[in-house]
Amino acid sequence: MINWFRFASPASFFPVAGHLARWFAVLAVPLAAAGLWLGLVVAPTDAQQGDAYRIIFIHVPAAWMSMFIYLIMAGWCAVSLTLNARLSAMMAQALAPTGALFTVIALWTGALWGKPAWGTYWAWDARMTSELILLFLYLGYMALRHAIDDVRRADRASAVLALVGAVNVPIIYFSVQWWNTLHQGATVSLTAAPKMASIMLIALMLVTFAAWFYAIAVAMVRVRAIILERERRTSWAGPLAGAAR
Amino acid sequence: MSEAAEQPRIERGAWPGVAWAMRRDLRLALRSKAELGVQLLFYAVIVTLFPLGVGADPALLRALGPGVLWVAALLASLLSLPRLFAADFADGTLEQIALSPYPLPALISGKILAHWLTTGVPLVVLSPLLALQFGLDSSGLVALAAGLLLGTPTLSLLGAIGAALTLGLRAGGALLALLILPLYVPILIFGAGTVEAMRAGLGTGGELSVLGAALLAAAIGAPLASAAAVRIALD
Amino acid sequence: MLEAHDLAARRGDAQLFSGVSFSLGPGTALFVRGPNGSGKTTLLRILAGTTEPAHGRLLWRGEPVGPFHPVLRACAVFIGHAPALKDELTIEENLASLTMLQGAHAERTAMLDALDAWSLLRQRTLPARVLSQGQRRRVSLARLRLLSRPLWLLDEPASALDDAGHITLCDALAAHLAAGGIAVIATHQDLPVASGTHQTLLLA
Repeated sequence: MINWFRFASPASFFPVAGHLARWFAVLAVPLAAAGLWLGLVVAPTDAQQGDAYRIIFIHVPAAWMSMFIYLIMAGWCAVSLTLNARLSAMMAQALAPTGALFTVIALWTGALWGKPAWGTYWAWDARMTSELILLFLYLGYMALRHAIDDVRRADRASAVLALVGAVNVPIIYFSVQWWNTLHQGATVSLTAAPKMASIMLIALMLVTFAAWFYAIAVAMVRVRAIILERERRTSWAGPLAGAAR
Repeated sequence: MSEAAEQPRIERGAWPGVAWAMRRDLRLALRSKAELGVQLLFYAVIVTLFPLGVGADPALLRALGPGVLWVAALLASLLSLPRLFAADFADGTLEQIALSPYPLPALISGKILAHWLTTGVPLVVLSPLLALQFGLDSSGLVALAAGLLLGTPTLSLLGAIGAALTLGLRAGGALLALLILPLYVPILIFGAGTVEAMRAGLGTGGELSVLGAALLAAAIGAPLASAAAVRIALD
Repeated sequence: MLEAHDLAARRGDAQLFSGVSFSLGPGTALFVRGPNGSGKTTLLRILAGTTEPAHGRLLWRGEPVGPFHPVLRACAVFIGHAPALKDELTIEENLASLTMLQGAHAERTAMLDALDAWSLLRQRTLPARVLSQGQRRRVSLARLRLLSRPLWLLDEPASALDDAGHITLCDALAAHLAAGGIAVIATHQDLPVASGTHQTLLLA
């Protein structure tokens, strides 16, 4: 049995993170290439939306990842609060910028899709509005971390915030959906993606996995930097941190 | 003589804790009435700014009214939230509160209750008057007030979490707004929705039930989260 | 009854102290001394339970106690640097409020008695806003008389006190130790306490 707790110390996780970063980066590239080729080149043109719909091969994986990463981040926050574990807090800190990036990509590509498909960049539909609020939740987490000087307090306060946010995400989503049906009626809906041919589904899956592996790789790289920054006073990290500068 | 035998019984229950905190905070608030007045004035000013910004077309104002009044209530609530913990944090009282034998969530609930009584309730009372500027009829006014009555305590409860998390930070008020406004969105939607439902002749039962449920959930969860945040800030 | 094992504390990146251990039985006073910034306040806050130590354990009556442990909150009274007074309330109201916060009953004669012992009887209706530093310190210390707690944690209690206040403080400490209480006091000054066993801890 592997003693997983051995990796709970930043010092022993540091090299592991390096290996994981390399592996997942290497895996992400072919997946992304394959998925994007299938989606952008091979998949048939849509009867109603022409080629503009192809942006969903970036939009949908980005949106899924933005929500998935928030859940994982909140999970790490829960672990860090209950087990008082520093490395878990660092993982959450490492994930947040990537999650925010995916949210921005989802919003951006959603707007780019909206214009050719329905004539407007922003239609205040339920999913996009919830996505925007999710971006605020990410930014709030990062802003709170940034505003607190003491690292330990920053870890714990932002963890509480992330958990409160995670609990509220479904509530916010359903209330925005309700609001949308109340005010917009049955007009445009960006959820009405073209019917999925199986090749499109495969392409979506491939790009989603690529995004997921990319996120892991980037998070590993970032957590290594965070570890070095925090542990720079120790004997093992000092020289590495100095060299990294 | 052994001090264990000498030590008198200590009160530790939750309700006495709520009562202590509420009574003290109410007394403190009533002795600095100027602060309360400013917040109400702020509410009135924001509400008045909207027609100045969008024009005085009665139909437009009637459509905008509930939303404007609710957004203004959110912003006025945000303005008063730092006051919840900041003064106690600065003079060392918050530390004593956290070290009290009373459960910290109970003490915080008392503070939030006092906060709502001094900021939320005046808002609820003033809002029908301001709503007249937007041409709401009497049933609309009732729906608005009922929504605010159920919604403003939740705003205080959720806001307390943000106030506790941002205790003593430089960025203070703006950061608090960024953290709390996403959480306020459901309250805003259903609160303004209460008036819309009344207008559409649908009856307000659904929206008010949701607001009531949110209040219940917040009343249980927010003091716990705030207590955790206060302890983190005191560390 | 109060035992500390190998306590260590950090502030930010810097190590404040480490390897602090002591054992205090009934009637013992521990005087914590050291230069500014050596961590005296942090140690007291660890004992009070507001701060978690970077390392080490704390035991009260044999039971391990962590931050904000309910047993510690019921058995200890912590008086820190800040007097914890509300400017808008009078001396009397402040004292009553702080006493009730700790779960005790602020009975009127006992309160007047405590105010008298600390020479605050005449000023008891003044709002805290107008008090001097020394008077604030006295109000803060007055509640020691109203709360019968076995453990006193005092951070620089003598600061801003005049000679008379100094004497009252030492008398209060002596009475507390004689009754079997424990006190941990961070202090720059010498506090001649007439009873109990004394230990000194120097934080370098």
